Amino acid sequence: MKREIAVTGLGAVTPLGVGARTLHERWIAGTSGIEDGEGPCSEFEPTEHLSVKEARRSDRFTQFALAASDEALKEAGWDDEAPYDPKRIGCIVGTGIGGIDTLTRNHQVLLEQGPKKVSPLSIPLMMGNAAAGAVSMRHNLRGPSFAPVSACSAGAHSIGEAMELIEYGRADAVVTGSSEAALVPLARAAFGALDAMSELGISRPFDARRDGFVMGEGAAILVLEDAEQARARGATILAYVRGYGATSDAFHLTAPDSEGAGATEAMRLALADAGLTPEDVVYVNAHGTSTPLNDRAETLAIKAALGEAAKHIPVSSTKSAIGHLLGAAGSVEAVATILALRDRIAPPTLGLEESEEGLDLDYVPGKARPLDIDGKPAVGLSNGFGFGGHNAVLCLEAA
Amino acid sequence: MATAVTPEAVEKVVFDALPQFGAEPSEISREATFDDLDIDSLDLAELSQIIEDEFGVQLKGDDIGKIKTVGDAVDMVVSRAG
Repeated sequence: MKREIAVTGLGAVTPLGVGARTLHERWIAGTSGIEDGEGPCSEFEPTEHLSVKEARRSDRFTQFALAASDEALKEAGWDDEAPYDPKRIGCIVGTGIGGIDTLTRNHQVLLEQGPKKVSPLSIPLMMGNAAAGAVSMRHNLRGPSFAPVSACSAGAHSIGEAMELIEYGRADAVVTGSSEAALVPLARAAFGALDAMSELGISRPFDARRDGFVMGEGAAILVLEDAEQARARGATILAYVRGYGATSDAFHLTAPDSEGAGATEAMRLALADAGLTPEDVVYVNAHGTSTPLNDRAETLAIKAALGEAAKHIPVSSTKSAIGHLLGAAGSVEAVATILALRDRIAPPTLGLEESEEGLDLDYVPGKARPLDIDGKPAVGLSNGFGFGGHNAVLCLEAA
Repeated sequence: MATAVTPEAVEKVVFDALPQFGAEPSEISREATFDDLDIDSLDLAELSQIIEDEFGVQLKGDDIGKIKTVGDAVDMVVSRAG
């Protein structure tokens, strides 16, 4: 039998501030972390979390992950010593791009000053697995450690893979999540050239006027444990990861399948993995990028996967408050989903004012509202879809 | 133009460089070991780059493996230049 997976710690660094609860509280209050068309982590000060040496040994995306991991492990009660054999603790921290700031800075040095001036830290800081390696070293996690790189589904993939490591007995606990720090000129120009970013700099998922995503940065880390062992050690269980579904569109490098077939299947698989049905779902945290294509295809997918139940399920997008955190989106949104389910509240899709024909789900426009679930278990889905046609969906339940 | 290699000049460059890698300035001396200063192989790779830039002296991986103290590093640069 598969093991039950408990979430015992959460940490986040987002455009809404430092801390998982800061993200949750500010989002449900309707605060936006977007300024001048981007979602920067303006409140993050590396030196508050890292020594001089640690800070210069890490790209910004790794710094976010380290800070979030400290918060998550502290909440799990692991800050002094991990409650498991270190060899039985995994570390899966994904990213979409990795240390692109380090890459572009050193490329500039190469062009302007020649190869001898390129920093020996370039590769260890820019590599996509740098955050996974740094988190594992910081907390002495000696089990399987790696970094899923699957664009904007990397966060959900990381948590899903972490869940499976524990389910199948390859680890007793996994520190998992994802991170991104790509607010650099190259990424702005490249996403701009793709016509994927909002020219207006406004993130308003599911609104008829939406014109693309707003790029943000940040990270989230979750501590997952074998629930039986977590209970035995007296841990406070925040939530359970009930199911994980992952599929591929095999359709187009950047565009979603216009019918959302792959996304539909990923949601179905996540529910089936959890042994649940659409009627059990009380909230969907949409991928909801604010691009014309995603929000339409995702709406179709939610309807196809959840059927009649979709009409009554609140669906909202964290990206309306913080923009699109790319590889970090999935883990940040899983954290937001867990806290929303715990507080029995549907956070809002900010900026949604004009409806579009066919986009007719309950997107919780503008204002949070209580989840009226009559004592039912608080079960939600968190969707993550990425360039490359990757789809990853998590089924989460508040404890 | 590279700086003339004198023990004093090399020592100054090395002493000045180490704090940026996180070494405690008050603990830096010729006798201090890189281990004590928490300076590892990645830091030494960066230090080599600074030395080459300043003095035109290249330190290779083999050389770096033999260096234990700050003084060892200074002496090796001076001897390579000579």
